[in-house]
Amino acid sequence: MNKSPSKLKFTKTKGFNSFLASLMAIVLGLLVGLVVMLIADPTRAFGGFATVLTGGFRKFGDVFYFATPLIMTGLSVGFAYKMGLFNIGAAGQYTMGMFFAMYVGFMVPVSGPMHWVLAILAGMLGGMLWGAIPGFFKAYFNVNEVITSIMFNYIGMYLVDMWVSNSSIMYVSDMARTNYLPQSVLLPSLGFANSNLNISFIFAIVAALLIWTVLEKTTFGYELKATGFNKNASIYAGMNGKRNIMVSLIISGGLAGLGGAFFLLAPSSIAGSSITYEPINILAAAGFNGIAVALLGVSNPIGIIFSAIFISWLQRGGTLANISGFRPEIIDLVIAVIIYFSAFAIAMKEGFMRLISKKKKKNELTSKEVK
Amino acid sequence: MDTVFYLVQNTLPVAVPLLLVALGGMFSERSGIVNIALEGIMLFGALCGSLTAYMLQDTALNPQVILLIAMLVAAIGGIMFSALLSFATVNMNADQTITGISLNMFVPPAVLLLAKSMFGSDGVTTSVKFYIQKVPVLGDIPIIGRFFFQQTYITVYIAAILLVVAYIFFYKTKLGLRLRACGEHPQAADSVGINVYHMRYLGVGISGFLGGIGGFFYAVGIMSGNCNGHTGVAGFGFLALAVMIFGQWKPLKILGAALFFAFLRTLAYSVPLIPFLNNLHIDNTYYKMLPYIATMIVLALTSKNSRAPKAEGIPYDKGAR
Repeated sequence: MNKSPSKLKFTKTKGFNSFLASLMAIVLGLLVGLVVMLIADPTRAFGGFATVLTGGFRKFGDVFYFATPLIMTGLSVGFAYKMGLFNIGAAGQYTMGMFFAMYVGFMVPVSGPMHWVLAILAGMLGGMLWGAIPGFFKAYFNVNEVITSIMFNYIGMYLVDMWVSNSSIMYVSDMARTNYLPQSVLLPSLGFANSNLNISFIFAIVAALLIWTVLEKTTFGYELKATGFNKNASIYAGMNGKRNIMVSLIISGGLAGLGGAFFLLAPSSIAGSSITYEPINILAAAGFNGIAVALLGVSNPIGIIFSAIFISWLQRGGTLANISGFRPEIIDLVIAVIIYFSAFAIAMKEGFMRLISKKKKKNELTSKEVK
Repeated sequence: MDTVFYLVQNTLPVAVPLLLVALGGMFSERSGIVNIALEGIMLFGALCGSLTAYMLQDTALNPQVILLIAMLVAAIGGIMFSALLSFATVNMNADQTITGISLNMFVPPAVLLLAKSMFGSDGVTTSVKFYIQKVPVLGDIPIIGRFFFQQTYITVYIAAILLVVAYIFFYKTKLGLRLRACGEHPQAADSVGINVYHMRYLGVGISGFLGGIGGFFYAVGIMSGNCNGHTGVAGFGFLALAVMIFGQWKPLKILGAALFFAFLRTLAYSVPLIPFLNNLHIDNTYYKMLPYIATMIVLALTSKNSRAPKAEGIPYDKGAR
């Protein structure tokens, strides 16, 4: 089947089916959102819903700014998923990335663009560190990575909140948030009016392309995918299962950490200020939304770019719907429903594919008999 | 000695949700379905229960009666919510972890939206006094009375009864045996006429029942009857999963594990009251991290020879070899 793609119609390819499945999940998710809005306030529901869908146009630059960390956490979850690992720890890795970047921003006196380069690298390091721990436990103690990463989400959050609020340089206790970062550590803006959109969006796209290349074009990526398909077979074939688990969770963590750094180091559209962090003991939502992004993008790096922009689009629309009396949390609800249905959709798609291939075999058999 | 009494009295109401929810997880996993959704089921149960308590609080009913009614509503809510998990995983062959995560993500915004439209706040606040200063007669027994029958909640006794019932159901009934068979080798169970789909619905349903009650008991014992969409149940659903693994998917070991974790958490939150720990001047945050770190250490030590149900996490396929 794979050897003769020219004979296949585009509508029957695997990619198109995944796209249809994601689309179905999105439509169902949005429908649930509309129903909830209708229940909450029937008179204004359609107006609010329209705001959710079209609000992205009014906040065009911000859609891409908020999509940047989502691309990174989406890549983080998607990359691990290719390996058969479920990295629900992106939230903790993201927070660690934020903290490490913040630390370099406040504590390491460098001038010029080297400062933000260093801060980004530090963010990546923080994420890698927090991804290495579940990897270590999985590889050497056979502890389910889902439980470990959930535990380390909490541990990371408590640690970062403590470190931040104990530092008089980073923390402004009157405002219950961190200080404004020095200007030299902020990323170069892409010049969109009233938006924090910056160069990191381009970095995120590059990262996605890089991950795609690693997965599709290198031996290392092939090994990771092989281990994901069948761990025992890959060990038999001479691949180092333990090392691969560690490495893929470290890379996965690094991606999420970069996401945290990219979000925090953004130049603010208000001169003299910057993005701040509030140590209020809440897990980073970007980590969990990364799961939605990865699922919608079927763990494909290119798909992840688009699904991140889509989710970010909905979220911007959601904040605008707040003005017409709807809580922005409605978008979180819609995202949860989308994940729920896309979990189905994957299974349904597989069943669908099986049906097609069965029919084909049958046709081939009957045609042989005729001959 | 007062400190010991204090610690025990405060550990029990914390252990109750962990125990019940971990038992729920056990039923689900031993039937073959990984239930990551426990966190969401708990919060949903807490929401149902505290809403019921809110509606009944101005009636002349005794607070303990209100608690029982709210508990039943929470249990029904939990069962209904868990049906979303069984439908996706049993009928639609969806990935169990992903479905569970989506259900967890669904509840907090749902609570926030509901609370906003009903109360204009972030959660449900009740004013029922569930707390029991002293149980009549039993509370006067020396020592034992002070440990178990003073400054407590009725939830402790309900949990004890539920544990016994769960144990008997799990090990001493035909249905319990059938349920366990479906988590170990569903094809073999099917070949002797057990309907694997029904058993898995039952397992997840029981986990919804216990998870919903556990969530409401969390609201009663830890949040003094309230339910909040932002803080939720603070990862107790996940801790309960760890308790279940630490308890090797067995009821009595789960009881021990739940008590252990609850004790650590109580210790973490009562540091200022314990002179020895308070004098060490360790940042309070470290104590808050203690249950999670302990989970990791315990899991690292026990996971190598883990006795997880063999068929958990795998959608049942009648034709599989």
